[in-house]
Amino acid sequence: MSTATESRPISTYLFRRPRVRLFSLLALPMTWIVGVYILSLFLLLITAFWYVDPFTSLVRPGFTLDNFQAVFTEPAYISTSLRTLWIALAVTILSVIFAVPLGLYMAKIAPAWLRNALAVAITLPLWAGYLVKIIAMRLVFTEEGFFNWLMAPFGIKGPGFSMPIVILTLTYLWFPYMALPVYTAIRQIPTNLFDASSDLGARGFMTIYRVVIPLITPAIIAGSVFTFSLSLGDYLAARFTGGATQMIGSMIAANINLNPPMAAAFSMVPITFVVIYLMVARRTGSLERM
Amino acid sequence: MALIEIRGLVKAFGPVKAVDGINLDIESGEFITLLGPSGSGKTTVLRMVAGFEDPDAGQITLDGKDITHLAPFDRNVNTVFQDYALFPHMSVQENVEYGLRTRKVPKAQRAKQALEAIESVKLSHTADRLPHQLSGGQRQRIALARALVLRPQVLLLDEPLGALDRQLREEMQVELKRIQRDAGITFIFVTHDQDEAMRMSDRIVVFNHGRIEQVGTPQDVYERPATRFVAGFLGVSNLLEIPSAQSDTSKDATISIRPERIRLAPSSYQQRSGEVALGGRISEVAYLGSNTVFVVETDTGSRISVTTLNQELPTQGEGFGTGDRVLAVWQESQAAQISG
Repeated sequence: MSTATESRPISTYLFRRPRVRLFSLLALPMTWIVGVYILSLFLLLITAFWYVDPFTSLVRPGFTLDNFQAVFTEPAYISTSLRTLWIALAVTILSVIFAVPLGLYMAKIAPAWLRNALAVAITLPLWAGYLVKIIAMRLVFTEEGFFNWLMAPFGIKGPGFSMPIVILTLTYLWFPYMALPVYTAIRQIPTNLFDASSDLGARGFMTIYRVVIPLITPAIIAGSVFTFSLSLGDYLAARFTGGATQMIGSMIAANINLNPPMAAAFSMVPITFVVIYLMVARRTGSLERM
Repeated sequence: MALIEIRGLVKAFGPVKAVDGINLDIESGEFITLLGPSGSGKTTVLRMVAGFEDPDAGQITLDGKDITHLAPFDRNVNTVFQDYALFPHMSVQENVEYGLRTRKVPKAQRAKQALEAIESVKLSHTADRLPHQLSGGQRQRIALARALVLRPQVLLLDEPLGALDRQLREEMQVELKRIQRDAGITFIFVTHDQDEAMRMSDRIVVFNHGRIEQVGTPQDVYERPATRFVAGFLGVSNLLEIPSAQSDTSKDATISIRPERIRLAPSSYQQRSGEVALGGRISEVAYLGSNTVFVVETDTGSRISVTTLNQELPTQGEGFGTGDRVLAVWQESQAAQISG
């Protein structure tokens, strides 16, 4: 039985000392965030200024801008950066194109049981391992694979392992991260806004363009942070389904043992892309207008 | 030919027949109100005229043209929604311009017409605001301007004043009526508020259980209710069974008599010709300021309500009180025969 007079020395001590209380609350998460997240990123940045001794092939601490210079001047690095940027944008756009009609159907048309079934279907791939999904796509698009078998009667042959297949694979991997926020956002649009739009003379596409898209822009941006940045950093999709397609990730992976400072410098590129992307999204005001 | 002709309209949601065979003609320039309790089918009829619901059976024609299954964007009718349905991400002006944009009106003309419409509801100073920065009454007016700027043949209003407080609602009733007269547009107005219906309408259509109970002017439906439901839904009414001996027909009949058409008289009162008098005892008296409501338990076992207007200061000790024996007296011609 606890009574009012029972002594609880620790609680009493903490209650009187807000600073100590705050420290005990934040000690663990701050160790994690500062000690692991930020410190490792910082070390990565530092490493990017080091160099590799040409004779011993050992990493030497120092300060050189050669690595960054290479990132911005070597045609192979530039074209890989641009290709990766394009792939990430294509994955994002493709995800939006699939997610909006699906979200509209789920939120406004489908009966409840089908809506729930589709929600499960969207999240189902998340339960499977990442490599499993890439291998699945590899099996579909390989020379003797399902796609070619299915399309053979129509005289259509798949492109083989190449950039379009990388885009498809990455879309397959990251689509749930776009579909779920988009669906949730569409569900929150009052049905009578759709009625009002058609009442005022708008057909389906105009309603989507002028009413739905503006209202779900924050959700699209939230989803695109995942589809865009996860695509920028990926390299296994390119490796297993891309054929000769090189992405930033593939080049980092290739350099990681030979030239770690170069890999570190190159890994700053996707981070920069994401920061620029978020700044542009902020600029458009679409994050605040809601 | 009427502007809108509705024939045999039916709409079911699952096993429930929301609208069960409706026929209605609506004349051009009319202010017509669909009145009924919630779930009576009035809103479903409105939504079928707007095109949001597809009828299961029946036909709707607008100006002689069959619009039964047309999409909302192919009909020259516009709607003011119960909760306004303004686009939250668009300014007031963009909201009002939306319908003009769908009609591909050039930009400059679009802005001009929209600003005129906003001015006509006296809200020019809000053109750049977002809907959430407006009060309920202002949103209501913008929703009206957004629909009227398209000059529809028919304006549909779905309980548009339901969310407003009483004073604002009364102002808007006057305002709506003025706008309707000035624009000369046919208004189909849905409400469950009988005062609102009486105040504004040229004609009232009384709905119950997906069917029309009665169509008529406010005076028609109040003075000559066709059914028990109408008599009870519009104001208070006393429904009395008249044995066949006293009625015109051979069957038993029901009459409806309004509380304000009955007066109380002392039991010694000598009834004149053309008058009906029922003896009874006063069981309740409610003083309501401008009038007093008496409930009389008649000797025949009915309860009738009698309202007297307090035109003068009541004098102490005068008037009837609980328990008094009285005669409830009315002119026979003041009562209406109820058929159903």
